[in-house]
Amino acid sequence: MAERVVFRSVWLPWLLVAPQLIITAVFFLWPATEAILQSTELPDPFGLSTQFVGWDNFDYLFGDRYYRASFLTTAIFSLSVTALSMSMALLLAVLADSVVRGSGVYRTLLIWPYAVAPAIAGVMWLFMFQPSIGLFPYWLKVLGYEWNHVLNPGEAMSLVVIASAWKQVSYNFLFFLAGMQAIPRSLLEAAAIDGASPWHRFRTIVLPLLSPTTFFLLVINVVYAFFETFGVIHTITAGGPGQSTMIMVYKVYADGFVGQDLGSSAAQSVVLMLIVGVLTVVQFRFIERRVHY
Amino acid sequence: MAAVSLHDVRKRYGKTDVIHGIDLDVSDGELIVIVGPSGCGKSTLLRMVAGLEVVTDGEIRIGDRVVNRVEPKDRDIAMVFQTYALYPHMSVFDNMAYGLKIAKLSKDEIQRRVDEAARLLELSGLLSRKPAALSGGQRQRVAMGRAIVRQPSVFLFDEPLSNLDALLRVQMRLEIKQLQRRLGITSLYVTHDQVEAMTLADRLVVMNAGVAEQIDSPMAVYAKPATRFVAGFIGSPGMNFIEGELHAGRLLLANGDVIVPREAPVHSGEVTAGVRPENLAFVEPQAADFSLQVVSVESLGAETLVHGVVAGRSMASQEGSDVIAGVAGRSLAVRAAGTLDVTEGDTVGLQVAPGGWHWFDNTSGRRIPEA
Repeated sequence: MAERVVFRSVWLPWLLVAPQLIITAVFFLWPATEAILQSTELPDPFGLSTQFVGWDNFDYLFGDRYYRASFLTTAIFSLSVTALSMSMALLLAVLADSVVRGSGVYRTLLIWPYAVAPAIAGVMWLFMFQPSIGLFPYWLKVLGYEWNHVLNPGEAMSLVVIASAWKQVSYNFLFFLAGMQAIPRSLLEAAAIDGASPWHRFRTIVLPLLSPTTFFLLVINVVYAFFETFGVIHTITAGGPGQSTMIMVYKVYADGFVGQDLGSSAAQSVVLMLIVGVLTVVQFRFIERRVHY
Repeated sequence: MAAVSLHDVRKRYGKTDVIHGIDLDVSDGELIVIVGPSGCGKSTLLRMVAGLEVVTDGEIRIGDRVVNRVEPKDRDIAMVFQTYALYPHMSVFDNMAYGLKIAKLSKDEIQRRVDEAARLLELSGLLSRKPAALSGGQRQRVAMGRAIVRQPSVFLFDEPLSNLDALLRVQMRLEIKQLQRRLGITSLYVTHDQVEAMTLADRLVVMNAGVAEQIDSPMAVYAKPATRFVAGFIGSPGMNFIEGELHAGRLLLANGDVIVPREAPVHSGEVTAGVRPENLAFVEPQAADFSLQVVSVESLGAETLVHGVVAGRSMASQEGSDVIAGVAGRSLAVRAAGTLDVTEGDTVGLQVAPGGWHWFDNTSGRRIPEA
């Protein structure tokens, strides 16, 4: 048995993990506790005192038609972003995998969008699709289509979905490509000799063998769409027009920091926290038994 | 069933030639083993026959068809890969049935063929298992089964036994040979293991650096290696080589020493003389051609390998014997049957068996015909 290395000092191990512990405490534990506390309180209009109200914030929240609508909006948004970014990434990964020459260049270029901050990405897409100065609305107009996502809820949703998916394609692409390159070449050659067409090989060999990657990405993408798309929404639509792109995480901000309803905002945070918790559990349970063959 | 013929087949990657024109005619039902060191192009050659590599130049025929531009699936071949290439997410049955399903055979026919192959390979009880739940030998059989069920004209084997342990390898080697005999399917078998090559082949193709150095039956390759490379590659331990200048039946070595062999070809120039370890016999000092100072003895029970250095001037120098005069320090391997009463440091007498010398031209590397 290997000899275990033991720290002689009691303090050194603590010192070494301290940065991570501090970050977790300051940026997660403290705000989370605050959110849970605030979700049971109601501040007075001037924010000078608070009053314990128990479940009232939650009761009010689930009775709110706009909040229930936000659930649906979030579901549509997340599924669309996940489906679009994963299918695009898979397509690009298949293409990049078949490239022999200069594959490094393609890979680098395809990874770039991941380095762009969500807000910057949002602004970039906003410029391209801005109804009065954007290039795309101009071209669409030439084709006879009047684009105005500021007024049209469907177009607004499409735009934030595209912008959010675009940012996530890189990440998915990387995992899909790595997954595909891990499939032994000889398997595909054996299948080719067995008479399988390229499409048949993809369907019966590549896709099943990619399934652990696909499921992992599914969870990651849903979590991404739930939480990390705030910047895109904020810069492009700010939840509008109306409530059409008001996903839950944006509503936390809009109700709390714009609407100054801190109790409701905190209650929404707690609900979100529970959702991410459930998603994480699903993810970990799957990864634990990812024995698929 | 089909004959396979290769005519001046070449392969080039960019500017690098890896296969320099191979001609080979495989008759129907023959088992050809392509053997050579790693990187000699033997797998590339097989993959060209399979259609997994593009043929740069030349012509490959399977049956009456030129298949250079035919897709792998249309070549009527089956291939067994070194890594077996079993589909990990499918059961043994599905692995074997994969190609048959694509060929749109009826369910009954698929069932019948897979059952038959499974019985042949003793896999009947394992059909519902996934490859991960099989041992190395069983996986190897599944790979064979997948090839058999397709009833191809040609079998291609790419080092199918190199991932097995030594004992299993010997067993599977026998099984493959018997199976090939029973099915009578033309086979090309690539390996780097010369024992496998010798035991399996109807004919051997010995490859080196993209060239087929010799194509002949295993015994012919062993008895009359066509080039110095083949002589050194086939046989274990390898042939002993002595380089020098042959002149009037005398071999002059670089250090001035001289060997006067009993039989030498009529040839002059830079040559390599070779003698197999098993063609050297231990004899009484009086009858010895030269003597060997033993450096190490490897007793394997059935045979004994003795490594040593030639110890100076020969003891006997009578007319008509191999005389190795003052070839001191040159190391040789000797192989003798059974156990031997020799230990390190002994000096023993050695005699070269009649016909034991092989001669190769140093410039071409080719065999010099006997006188």
